[in-house]
Amino acid sequence: MNKTIEDHSKAASVFLQDEQRATWHDETLWFVRAKRDKAAHQLPEWEALRDLASQIKDHTLSRLDEYLVQFETKANENGVTVHWANDADEHNRIIHGILKKHNAKNVVKSKSMLTEECQLNHYLRDHDISVVDTDLGEYIVQLREEQPSHIVLPAIHLKKEDVSNTFHKHLNTEKGNKDEVYLTRSARKVLRQKFITADAAITGVNFAVAETGGFVVCTNEGNADLGAHANKIHIACMGFEKIIPKAEHLGVFLRLLTRSATGQPITTYSSHFHRPKEGQEMHIVIVNNGRANQLGRKDFKNSLKCIRCAACFNTCPVYRRSGGHSYHNSVAGPIGSILAPNLDMRKNADLPFASTLCGSCTNVCPVKINIHEQLWNWRQILMKEGYGGTAKKASMKVMATVLASPTIYSLSGKIGRGMMRIMPWSVNNKLNPWYKHRELPEPPKQSFTEWYKKKRKHE
Amino acid sequence: MKIALFIPCYVDQFYPNVAIATLQLLEKLGCDVSYPLTQTCCGQPMANAGFASMTAGCDKNFIANFSGFDYIVGPSGSCVLHLKEHLHDDKRPEQAAAIRKNIYELTEFLTDVLQVKNINASFPHKVGLHISCHGQRMLHLASMSEKVEPEFSKAEQLLSQVKGLQLLKTKRLDECCGFGGTFCVTEEAVSVRMGQDRVKEHVYNNVEYITGGDMSCLMHLEGILKRKKSNIKVLHFAEILNAQ
Ligand code: SF4
Repeated sequence: MNKTIEDHSKAASVFLQDEQRATWHDETLWFVRAKRDKAAHQLPEWEALRDLASQIKDHTLSRLDEYLVQFETKANENGVTVHWANDADEHNRIIHGILKKHNAKNVVKSKSMLTEECQLNHYLRDHDISVVDTDLGEYIVQLREEQPSHIVLPAIHLKKEDVSNTFHKHLNTEKGNKDEVYLTRSARKVLRQKFITADAAITGVNFAVAETGGFVVCTNEGNADLGAHANKIHIACMGFEKIIPKAEHLGVFLRLLTRSATGQPITTYSSHFHRPKEGQEMHIVIVNNGRANQLGRKDFKNSLKCIRCAACFNTCPVYRRSGGHSYHNSVAGPIGSILAPNLDMRKNADLPFASTLCGSCTNVCPVKINIHEQLWNWRQILMKEGYGGTAKKASMKVMATVLASPTIYSLSGKIGRGMMRIMPWSVNNKLNPWYKHRELPEPPKQSFTEWYKKKRKHE
Repeated sequence: MKIALFIPCYVDQFYPNVAIATLQLLEKLGCDVSYPLTQTCCGQPMANAGFASMTAGCDKNFIANFSGFDYIVGPSGSCVLHLKEHLHDDKRPEQAAAIRKNIYELTEFLTDVLQVKNINASFPHKVGLHISCHGQRMLHLASMSEKVEPEFSKAEQLLSQVKGLQLLKTKRLDECCGFGGTFCVTEEAVSVRMGQDRVKEHVYNNVEYITGGDMSCLMHLEGILKRKKSNIKVLHFAEILNAQ
């Protein structure tokens, strides 16, 4: 496994060294964004739908406790066992406990970013349980012992030849055969076998409905269904923010989710689960893992509205040019940069700065999270808490002092436009990162203020 | 109508011609323009870097310079946005509020307040347009490609009045240029790559000039163009709208 670089800017510069691959990554994701635009523009009521989704989520977050308890009661009535996990470790222990009870050794798992967040695969592997990720993209990155680089398109950092090499190495496919159909079929053959021989299935949850106790899992490959139906144990894992009040609200979210994600009108499989079938056990693990903390942060509370569509990834010009792994967090991209500092400020202090604050993320977000404003807010908090380092703080202080004082400002401006030396981009030497690939503006003979004083003072 | 001219610090120091063009343009359109001489900076460079707590001095100085005018006009979407969103002073809350309300970015002042229909300018060249994200997505100077909304552009509305000007659009209509304040140095690699990608589209269109409402974006693009020894030049809107 490649070692993760724990600094976005450094990792991004490594990512960009391969210019062609970077171009390909940018264009592929831009293509997905363009498909999203097209799908959105086909619905005249698009902006109204976003408003509605946002309001439903806001409302739900304001009464989470009630809806979660309602959900638990209903799910219990349906014969589903509900578990509560306060953190990642408890989540992993609960799942391990269920599997151990049934002596389950082989597990198939459909996509769940929560289990990535909790590092469930590692945990179970350490306890001699094998987990196979059955989403094709996740299966590819799992074989490569990598993390998903994107929450909807986990292997988007890889090209066909990478997949071909990976499958050749692990599945013994023909060397150099890059045909998508051939590669997909080869994976399918292996995965079918895994589905049939597994002892238990784990899935994620896209929406959990309080009034019915049911939940919906969206996939394009049908792998969640296959796992859940072919196995005697189905464990579904969800962050507590996945709850929505009523089944009718699904009509809003299912219309938005995949249009935002890939430009499809709806996921190929939107599977509704309510109760275990005869002879099956169904479990739901509801996880906190820092979410309650985020809920308590006024400025960041509504980041919990996220439905993980990844539209903000695809539109983000920084994400497209730095790749998901540069965010060193299970959820990358703009929303990841808001969620990650909540979990660990020190480790993730770089992420809110991995943005130009262009605001495109906020515009595509189907649940109207003010993403770029939250990134700005995190910057303020992180600097206040001292995560910017003393050098940065000192240089900002100089800048603030000069700019607050007209006298110092005009004095320092006179000396060869020296005032601009306090600006981060303007030191004219090879050590200044600005200068690596950009020229500086030519300093003019006089500033506008000087010109104005000469020309206009006595008019 | 008393108008104060707000010139962002880096424009004052590096691009005096943009400030001169803005002043002349407003005067040509019949405005009574003052330039408060002890103005410095809006405070955005600190705030976007996470140090909004250090901008009190800038805020105080800004309020001292700009109180009591009917309008404050500045040729920068980004700085104007920062002031609109963040200017405050606990000692003089009313004055701060008045400034937040009366401050305008140049193009929106021309289209919305002065309602300019005939600019009387001439610029017979091929021009590419770069609207800054702050101007577009936050001040709504143009419709946004992500949203399902009627198309409009205040900049194009004005540029279409300039004689001889041929406007060429990029395929990605409103992608960020990658300047981003301190981002341009803290995330140097991504910033440069974003700028190069924007420039490529304008080169493809074979434009002679790239124009926009924020010199910071244009300074970044200019830096890349010059390093590549390109003939394409950057000009602020004000310079084109003031061209005869
Ligand atoms: S923040 Fe919004 S756009 Fe980004 S993944 Fe979540 S729902 Fe989608």
